[in-house]
Amino acid sequence: MSPNTNNYYVPSPSLWPLIASIALFLMAGGFAMQMNDIASGNFVLIAGVLVFFYLLYGWFRDVVKESLSGFYNKQVDVSFRWSMGWFIFSEVMFFAGFFGALFYIRNISLNWISQSTLAWPGYSSWTEFTSTWPTNGPAATQALEAMSPWGLPAINTLILLVSGATLTYAHWGLMKNNRKQLTVGLILTIALGAIFLYLQAHEYAEAAFTMDSGIYGSTFYLLTGFHGLHVTMGTIMLAIVLFRVLKGHFDSHNHFAFEAVAWYWHFVDVVWLFLFIFVYWL
Amino acid sequence: MNKRSILSLGAAFLSVYAANSHAAYALNLKTPATEIASQIYDLHMMMIWVCLAIFVVVFGLMFYSILKHRKSAGHVASQFHENHWLEVVWTIIPVIILAGMAYPATKTILAMKDTAASDMSIKVTGSQWKWSYDYLDQDVKFVSTLATSDDQIHNKAEKGENYLLEVDNPMVVPVGKKIKVLLTAADVIHAFWVPEFGIKQDAIPGFVRETWFRVDKPGTYRGQCAELCGKAHGYMPIVVEAMEEDDYNAWIVAKKDAAAAADAGADQEWTKDDLVAAGKGVYEKNCAVCHQVNGAGMPPAFPAMTGSAIATGPLEGHLDIILNGKNIMPAWAAVLNDVDIAAVIAYERNALGNNTGDFIQPSAVKAAR
Amino acid sequence: MSTNTATHHDDHGHPTGIMRWVASTNHKDIGTLYLWFSFFMFLFAGALALGIRAELFQPGLQFLEPENFNRLTTLHGLIMIFGAIMPAFVGFANWMIPLMIGASDLAFPRLNNMSFWLMIPAALLLMTSIFVPGGAIAGGWTMYPPLSVQNPSMSVDMSILALHILGVSSIVGSINIITTILNMRAPGMTMMKMPLFVWTWLITAFLLIASMPVLAGALTMLLTDRHFGTSFFDAAGGGDPVLWQHVFWFFGHPEVYIMILPAFGLISTIIPTFARKPLFGYASMVYATAAIALLSFVVWAHHMFTTGMPVAGQLFFMYSTMLISIPTGVKVFNWVATMWRGSMTFETPMLFSIAVVFLFTIGGFSGLVCAILPVDIQVQDTYYVVAHFHYVLFSGAAMSIMGAVYYWLPKWTGFMYDETLGKWHFWLTTIAFNVTFFPMHFTGLAGMPRRVPDYALQFAEFNMISSFGAFALGISQLLFLYIVVKCIKGGTKADAKPWDGAEGLEWTVPSPAPFHTFEVPPTVK
Repeated sequence: MSPNTNNYYVPSPSLWPLIASIALFLMAGGFAMQMNDIASGNFVLIAGVLVFFYLLYGWFRDVVKESLSGFYNKQVDVSFRWSMGWFIFSEVMFFAGFFGALFYIRNISLNWISQSTLAWPGYSSWTEFTSTWPTNGPAATQALEAMSPWGLPAINTLILLVSGATLTYAHWGLMKNNRKQLTVGLILTIALGAIFLYLQAHEYAEAAFTMDSGIYGSTFYLLTGFHGLHVTMGTIMLAIVLFRVLKGHFDSHNHFAFEAVAWYWHFVDVVWLFLFIFVYWL
Repeated sequence: MNKRSILSLGAAFLSVYAANSHAAYALNLKTPATEIASQIYDLHMMMIWVCLAIFVVVFGLMFYSILKHRKSAGHVASQFHENHWLEVVWTIIPVIILAGMAYPATKTILAMKDTAASDMSIKVTGSQWKWSYDYLDQDVKFVSTLATSDDQIHNKAEKGENYLLEVDNPMVVPVGKKIKVLLTAADVIHAFWVPEFGIKQDAIPGFVRETWFRVDKPGTYRGQCAELCGKAHGYMPIVVEAMEEDDYNAWIVAKKDAAAAADAGADQEWTKDDLVAAGKGVYEKNCAVCHQVNGAGMPPAFPAMTGSAIATGPLEGHLDIILNGKNIMPAWAAVLNDVDIAAVIAYERNALGNNTGDFIQPSAVKAAR
Repeated sequence: MSTNTATHHDDHGHPTGIMRWVASTNHKDIGTLYLWFSFFMFLFAGALALGIRAELFQPGLQFLEPENFNRLTTLHGLIMIFGAIMPAFVGFANWMIPLMIGASDLAFPRLNNMSFWLMIPAALLLMTSIFVPGGAIAGGWTMYPPLSVQNPSMSVDMSILALHILGVSSIVGSINIITTILNMRAPGMTMMKMPLFVWTWLITAFLLIASMPVLAGALTMLLTDRHFGTSFFDAAGGGDPVLWQHVFWFFGHPEVYIMILPAFGLISTIIPTFARKPLFGYASMVYATAAIALLSFVVWAHHMFTTGMPVAGQLFFMYSTMLISIPTGVKVFNWVATMWRGSMTFETPMLFSIAVVFLFTIGGFSGLVCAILPVDIQVQDTYYVVAHFHYVLFSGAAMSIMGAVYYWLPKWTGFMYDETLGKWHFWLTTIAFNVTFFPMHFTGLAGMPRRVPDYALQFAEFNMISSFGAFALGISQLLFLYIVVKCIKGGTKADAKPWDGAEGLEWTVPSPAPFHTFEVPPTVK
């Protein structure tokens, strides 16, 4: 049963797409219910998440099997490369929206609120508002203590930068067929990712402000939060790659899954640099 | 099809050119009443002519081609498929045409933005679903609500000439003066639009935006809210009466007198029946849009008045929620005066199926602010 | 349960029954799914529009209370855009791109099926939101805060999440399409030899990948403002309602080009066929499409001319918006030049295409009028804008889709459609469309705002005319449904190339196209 790789691979019919729809329907429905205080919402949401994990596991397992069986020829490999690149571009645009929002608020609209010299219904105290950053807005009753960039955030920057280096070290190992270097590099990267996440969680717990601390809290938590979510996904993907490495997958020429995850990890690192500069520092 | 429509309506167009604002089949912008509106009108006419010219040339050629270059007429297809020179020409000529449009448009934009050196300022606040006007230099403020009756809207009475474009308290301005409008909103985004003045500006909660107008001649000018703001978006018109300066000054005096009288009314003792009678009007103008004329409301978003825990419960709670609002219930402190609030409380507690028997005096409302 | 036993795709043969559609990895079947889905969504959203026009038939409130009217207008917009127009174009992409470039399928056939099936939960969320307490979302398809934050109904959250799911579907689908076009063209088919429809989809897919994530960001901010205490759009917390407008329209403007570029590709395919002449200025058409796409990212604030931007912003966005009319005009000139000195016949696809060129240009002119900021101050949020976007979206996008359906029905079904009925459908649609929407230019200029269930008396006559037109337009689409079903069931057998002027690889395979085509790519000279 040797696969005909002269032709581009077209998979057999698969139910995974339908299962994906069911997962997303349950997640969305459950989330909507939960946000609107409907009791069973949490169950529906959790059910959806479980189906979603099952979906990811099953679909990727099928892809790995197809890859190991040699169904993917050079052209398919090129398809994977293009698609991963474009996917990361779409993620860049997702963050760009939030950075754009931050830019607009800080440079444009805050100035206008503070220029509104007239009191308007219900907010007579706004006449004292001045546009500074960080701020939790003219209606805030508590002072805002911002996050300093030079504590945990700086350490986290170092962690991610080093993790990028350890990942590259692992990649070189793979290309030279040095499995030990590959494994060690991967384990270090995953450990650094996990430490990053732990420190971020700690930072969140210790923070003097929350998501409802005005616009500073809103932008801070959404930007760093989505970033943390992406680091989590990246760390999990690295762990899966490690698992596959230990099972003997990948060789020095054929290891696109490793490269795709590596690209993703570097992207996550670059987003962090932007976060560090524009959210924590400036 | 379209060209024929335009020609046949051409006669109608000419007859409505000197536009009467209620002309049916009106084809164009309303007759301008300000210099800016005039510039806009002329810009638009210029654009129509340019677009028409391009349209006639391009589609003249296309329809000629359809007639002559058809297989059934025996025409054999040429095979030419590019011409760089032509592409360059029909790129550059439109750029030149656009530049020709951009120049006068730019001048008008700069003029529209120039709010400096105004003669007076009016702060306009949009809320759901009415406009409030505050004459900053005069200490005159009032609320302007749709005056068309619910019966007309629901087809139980014949519609008046100014159906949906009439208010109880119009904005009044002097002609020939540059009037700066400071615009904001109390809840969601609204937009202040008077077509004959050529102004439209969004009213954004938390921000103050400026625009200006100078009316050329006396008259009544009608506009509408131009940003979807909820269910009664179509029911919050704007009416501006422009008058000679002397008449305007007289109106200001009358407004101040009326406000003083209302304030004095707040210090008087009112009977329950008088309050309830006054309250009916206040309720129907302000509260019925959500709580319904009969008090049934639209639960869960808009609770019923009949049997409501608030309207039959403690008076302080009832007063508090009207003054300060809660969630989507607006705060009425800035919009209704003491007499109106006392009246509507009395009405809600002693009509609409409720019968608590109690009420408060306007002075109690004043004290609670 | 798991279906893939890693066998070669030939071994599974041609699947049957419901599994064929649910588990498909075939671009033709998935294309068919998208097309039928979009047709039903089109009819449903069209029915909603008839509800709108019934209420607007006369001044006063006859059938609907204002909040329900707002729900109708909101759902009509959302479903037409995301449920009808976009999926229809994806359906064409699915069916035709592999055939046009000589590929066996899309780059990721399973992912392709997921893109379709994700439409179903999104549609279910949107439909069921009608029945939750508080009723369907009612703040316009543009969902401006604070109004959309104020609405306590769960329907808003369901709609937001539905749009998120649609975004995933579109992004994944677009990645699939770009990869297919870049990587799977038959040997010899260089980029500048690709059919223009393939070019327009390549560029559209790029627009989708760049803009939909920004919408996702905006939707997320709206959701957190509604339920998690953030202040993105609330000045009290330091935010700004206009921030939504910026982020939304940064997506929203490329979105309207997403809805028209594939239409341009379809017209550029059909006109050369029936003029029996190559497309004029192929290279210019490619550059013009790319220019439109790039410019579409720097014009978004022309939807916000009344928000009170500084003058510099107003001028910039006016100039950039005016500029977009240049490449668009170039395309119109090229289509006319294609027809010039051709040898034309006027079957239904050609009738639709000519109407598109003519009527879309009217929409383009009204768009140019809107671009001129001082005039926009008068027409923004009036029926003039409604007229503008229906001219570009209905007689631009929707009528291109109709024409292209007629064009490729023989290839899809193996039968010719009924040409007489097709012409009836064309004329009824075109006339009814103009009766409905042309008067809206006038009502807008005369001062009628949009999104209102009721209006002052001077707008009554034109509104009545529009409502008559709308009902005629709606009923005419049932004729379309009949024609399509009739064609599927049978008729004159279609040749591989039923249109003698047609070019392209899709006409080298039999009609109906076999389940698998181009398993071995052809060589293109």
